[in-house]
Amino acid sequence: MTKEKFLAILRKGLSPLPKKERDERLTFYSEMIDDRMEEGLSEEEAVAGIGNPEEIAKQIAGEIPSGEKVGRGRKFRAWEIVLLVLGSPLWIALLAAVFAVVLALLVVLWAVIVCFWAVFASLAACAFGGLAAGVVFSLVGSPIVGLAMFGAAMVCAGLAVFAFFGCNAATKGAAFLSKWTVLGIIRFFRRKGAA
Amino acid sequence: MDIQLKRGLLDVCVLAAIKDGESYGYKIIKDMAPYIKLSESTLYTILKRLEGAKMLTVRSAEHDGRLRKYYRITDAGLERIEEFRKEWNEIVSIYRFVTKEDGND
Repeated sequence: MTKEKFLAILRKGLSPLPKKERDERLTFYSEMIDDRMEEGLSEEEAVAGIGNPEEIAKQIAGEIPSGEKVGRGRKFRAWEIVLLVLGSPLWIALLAAVFAVVLALLVVLWAVIVCFWAVFASLAACAFGGLAAGVVFSLVGSPIVGLAMFGAAMVCAGLAVFAFFGCNAATKGAAFLSKWTVLGIIRFFRRKGAA
Repeated sequence: MDIQLKRGLLDVCVLAAIKDGESYGYKIIKDMAPYIKLSESTLYTILKRLEGAKMLTVRSAEHDGRLRKYYRITDAGLERIEEFRKEWNEIVSIYRFVTKEDGND
């Protein structure tokens, strides 16, 4: 095998590597062959001494942690590109729809949270209002009605405390869910971008 | 051989091969050949690793109308060899423990 052929096969076998690293390795092997020939070996012998380029490429690919291999995975085949382009009116619309649905779900989720807090606010307002009304009725109106107002205010205050904890937990849950969704979408695109 | 152990040993071997002066890829392989056979791709990986660890420096120089890479050991590389000498006693003692006959203790 000639040096040229050896390097060509090796280059092909190392195609998953980034160009810079591939070139560097090829230069290294080229130098090795030249040095062997300089010692008096024929080109054939020098190349044979290095080994089988296909096996060497396989070995190198196996040695390198997958992270170091070229970031882009496989290349798209021609028919895949054609399909992607032809199908673009379809898949772009579908993707947009999926996005809209996810966004709508998030909006609905947060609307529910806002409702929870509104309930809490009303309960708290009722508690304070009932307290004030109770004082007024006790002083100027019927003390019985005033007492009832106090009672109602107490019930509202109790419910407000419960509601506060519920709202807090729900908000945290919604925040977690939103973060998770957004991160999921970002991760999806980052992976697709790298692929 | 355990891959981690072998890797560490080969690193020191390559450092030893350039300890007494600048050398190049094929010469390193030749110098090591009587002791240990090293494939080109293994040598490449080791040289890269040692360069990354700043235990050697690389320069390209023209030789016979082409470029050849020369590797020179650094102080850190020399230190690594010294370290290995010290570690060796420990390795020997581990070897003795592992291979000791039952009942000898």
